[in-house]
Amino acid sequence: MMKHYKEKAVIVKGVYKTFRLPHEQHSGIKQRIINVFKGIKGYETLKILNNISFEIEKGEFFGIVGRNGSGKSTLLKLLAEIYIPDTGLIKINGSLTPFIELGVGFNPELTGRENVFLNGALLGFSKTEMDLMFDQIVEFAELENFMDQKLKNYSSGMQVRLAFSIAIRANTPVLLVDEVLAVGDSEFQRKCYIEFRRMKEEGRTIIFVTHDMSAVEKFCDRVLVLKDGKIAGIYNPSKAAAIYQRMNISDDQPEDASIAIENWGTGDVVLDDVKIYEGNSKHDTDNIVSQGNDVSFDIKFINKNQPKDIVVGLAFKDIYGVNLSGPNSLKIKLNSSSNVIYKVPKLAFVPGVYTLTVAIFDKNAEIEYFHSEEAMKFNVINEGQEQYGKVNLFGQWNQS
Amino acid sequence: MLRELVITDFKLRYQGSVLGYAWSLLKPLFLFAIMYVVFGVLVKLGSVEHYPVYLLFGIILWTFFAEATNQGLASIVGRGGVIRKVSFPKYIIVLSTTISALVNLMINLFIVFVFMFISGVQIQLSIIMLPLYLAEIYLIALGLAFLLSTLNVKYRDTSHIWEIIMQAAFYATPIIYPLTTVMDKSVVAAKILMMNPIAQAIQDARYSLITHQTITVSSLFNNEWYVLIPLGIAILLLVIGALYFKKNSKYFAENV
Repeated sequence: MMKHYKEKAVIVKGVYKTFRLPHEQHSGIKQRIINVFKGIKGYETLKILNNISFEIEKGEFFGIVGRNGSGKSTLLKLLAEIYIPDTGLIKINGSLTPFIELGVGFNPELTGRENVFLNGALLGFSKTEMDLMFDQIVEFAELENFMDQKLKNYSSGMQVRLAFSIAIRANTPVLLVDEVLAVGDSEFQRKCYIEFRRMKEEGRTIIFVTHDMSAVEKFCDRVLVLKDGKIAGIYNPSKAAAIYQRMNISDDQPEDASIAIENWGTGDVVLDDVKIYEGNSKHDTDNIVSQGNDVSFDIKFINKNQPKDIVVGLAFKDIYGVNLSGPNSLKIKLNSSSNVIYKVPKLAFVPGVYTLTVAIFDKNAEIEYFHSEEAMKFNVINEGQEQYGKVNLFGQWNQS
Repeated sequence: MLRELVITDFKLRYQGSVLGYAWSLLKPLFLFAIMYVVFGVLVKLGSVEHYPVYLLFGIILWTFFAEATNQGLASIVGRGGVIRKVSFPKYIIVLSTTISALVNLMINLFIVFVFMFISGVQIQLSIIMLPLYLAEIYLIALGLAFLLSTLNVKYRDTSHIWEIIMQAAFYATPIIYPLTTVMDKSVVAAKILMMNPIAQAIQDARYSLITHQTITVSSLFNNEWYVLIPLGIAILLLVIGALYFKKNSKYFAENV
């Protein structure tokens, strides 16, 4: 795939960026004068980006991931020339359209038509270009009958549709997309995906910043992982997703790695820990497992008040909360034990992030001793070709 | 893009008000009516011929200057949301707000012409100089707008300070009173007042359009070269404002 990339689309070399963070409300002269007398600087500097260098090939779909505060947004704004680096060089070949936010400059008091032209102007389109694109934009947004109404009378969905329709008209060779997919309903997201696929086929360079690892794995060719303002590495998508996942787990919940927020129940039994093993080993997998491997989910619990005949129920959910499988342990008796293992032969889920819900009941499912909506997250990886759907049936293609 | 921003500015200004654009005409007219009743009828400052039109024209020019600087001052902070999201030349924002004030001035000038016709003011050849003086006022306002909008990003006190300065400047500029009132007390004071480029430009504009009785810098000093001093100040303001803006505009996205 690498061979038909001819030129670099983006070159970033040795970029540093620091911000001054004011200590107190600093935007007044009074505070400034007081600070001078006290000998206080009034701000501290914060290194946001530290020696960032990378290159993006023409036609590449380049992902940037990192946790909140890792410097993603700053890097994006540097690429969009909204900020300028302290030192270092950023070179973009050809023009770039930034979609840091949809509907920049949208004003509720203006009509849809006026907003289209205003937003277009801010994205750098000329009046004639906008005249030519106007009908397509309206058609794509399916808002033909609303263009002369004020934007404040639009539903939020309509506003997003309009903004997105303008955005995808941008014909610049480099596009910068920041979390656009985070907004909108699933139908809108589907539309976004279709557009991304089209842009990718057109050979345009797209820089994509997101938290959504399934989107990363679907689209990106290479992914830059940022950590604390430094480049942790540039990887292929599934590796990057795995590393990102590991970063999240290790930073987020240093001690109680697997037991998270939404728990409820009588508390007669409580969940202690959930571990995932691959094959027959008992090595910690860091919650990253490969598709097609045998995988065991080891559910450890503390039987506090010793109720009898408890049943453990699981729910495997994808990132949209769709329950993909909901097994329970009704067939075996769990009385004095403190753990139960659910063994899955040949894990079928397509690569992505999944959550495991754990519930512990009495045998009639009347009393819920414990429920954890998100007992753990795990990541399924497969460094093969792109997969569609939710599961891989591991079927065989044959010619009769 | 400049065009779109000016249009937007204009559309939004009187959004939702019944009279709409009419307000941009009515506001200076009411100010004029008040000033005329107080200073033209009650106190009788008007020793110049065509004093009502003379006063109206002065007020309209001042209103333009005040509008351009006040809105220019707030423009960068006001558009902060956009600045943080898209990269584009920032001066366009300041330019668009001052231009929309300029469009307003053009509409208001129309009223001045109507009043001139009613009061029977003769159009003189000197009217050909008028665009130059209007351009001078615009460029002073633009220079100040650059300077103030940048300062306002750093110190939000700027708008309050500017409000006070403008109030003082309104009375320090011979708008409601003819300059002769000052000259009666002290000629030196009058000369100092006329070094203010806005005072010079307004007086010269009045001279060219309303009446040759208007005292201008050249007639006050009996030497037309003295006009270079306020003109020089005006150019200096524009250059300083533009340079200061240019130097700081790179960091607007971070600081606004």
